Amino acid sequence: MSKALFEYVLRLGDDSLILGQRLSEWCGHGPILEEDIATTNIALDLIGQATTLLEYAAHLEGKKRSADELAFLRIDREYKNLLLVEQENGDFGKTIMRQFLFDAYRKLLFEKLLSSSDEHLAAIAEKSLKETKYHLKHSSEWVIRLGDGTEESHERVQDSLNELWRYTGELFFEDEVDTELKGSGVIPDVSDIQDKWNELVMNVLAEATLTIPNDNWQFDGGRVGKHSEHLGYLLSVMQYMQRAYPNMEW
Amino acid sequence: MTEKEWPLWEVFIRSKQGLNHKHVGSLRAADEEMAIDNARDVYTRRSEGISIWVVQSTNVFASSPTDADAFFEPANDKVYRHPTFYDVPDGIEHM
Repeated sequence: MSKALFEYVLRLGDDSLILGQRLSEWCGHGPILEEDIATTNIALDLIGQATTLLEYAAHLEGKKRSADELAFLRIDREYKNLLLVEQENGDFGKTIMRQFLFDAYRKLLFEKLLSSSDEHLAAIAEKSLKETKYHLKHSSEWVIRLGDGTEESHERVQDSLNELWRYTGELFFEDEVDTELKGSGVIPDVSDIQDKWNELVMNVLAEATLTIPNDNWQFDGGRVGKHSEHLGYLLSVMQYMQRAYPNMEW
Repeated sequence: MTEKEWPLWEVFIRSKQGLNHKHVGSLRAADEEMAIDNARDVYTRRSEGISIWVVQSTNVFASSPTDADAFFEPANDKVYRHPTFYDVPDGIEHM
């Protein structure tokens, strides 16, 4: 049980960590000052969630590995984040679309985790849910304005949707980790979240005048450590300080 | 790229219950919803507020600096309009 729970919490923590790192790349590069601050605020929220989740994972693992060691001293195959969150930022529209698809999933997941039989996980969900609701508001409003905006913004954000859609199947990936935890009431049934996610996403995309691509090919692998080529580059930037100066603090 | 700039919005924040909304600055946003979001991120990230108003700057009509003399000078020599002719009893704080 605690091994499966460790694995599950690590997956959630890695989602937050890797997306937080990705978003922080916008710092100083946002399209406008207001959005620069918004994006980096969200990045900080995600790093905060990653800290709480990875601290809990470290505790569950019981091998005296700290949250920092989990964050900075694993190799790429040991990260269990979704492929979606490691995809490159691209233009602002792509960053927003990636964020929207993830936020919708995250919000629905945290809402369900509120009633987890694991009290610690339920508490983390409660704290993170408030932040995530705002993230979703921010990203869905942008998707609507970019999609239903100018010809150029519509075209760009539609291209991003076409590119990112193939990573959304993985949001609802399930293996023996999930089966075990579902049985003991720790995590919700993923199909429950999937139906709501479809509804939420369809509504926003319809308002944004965007269409879901016909191509139904879906990637997965992130949850078991098989990543796209982008993760390695991200890790080399993120881990540089700890690798170059082991145990450094600041 | 279109060169058109987003409209400017004036931002008002109520810092806590019972106080007035106060002007804190301005920002650019595509519409009122986004202006509220931006104001939340730019002006309340250090817990500065519990309520936000935004007003498009073009809707603010201001007094003219050239009228300042006519507008504000006449009040200067009418000290009797200030409540300064009362003795405040001992023990009254925050006056």
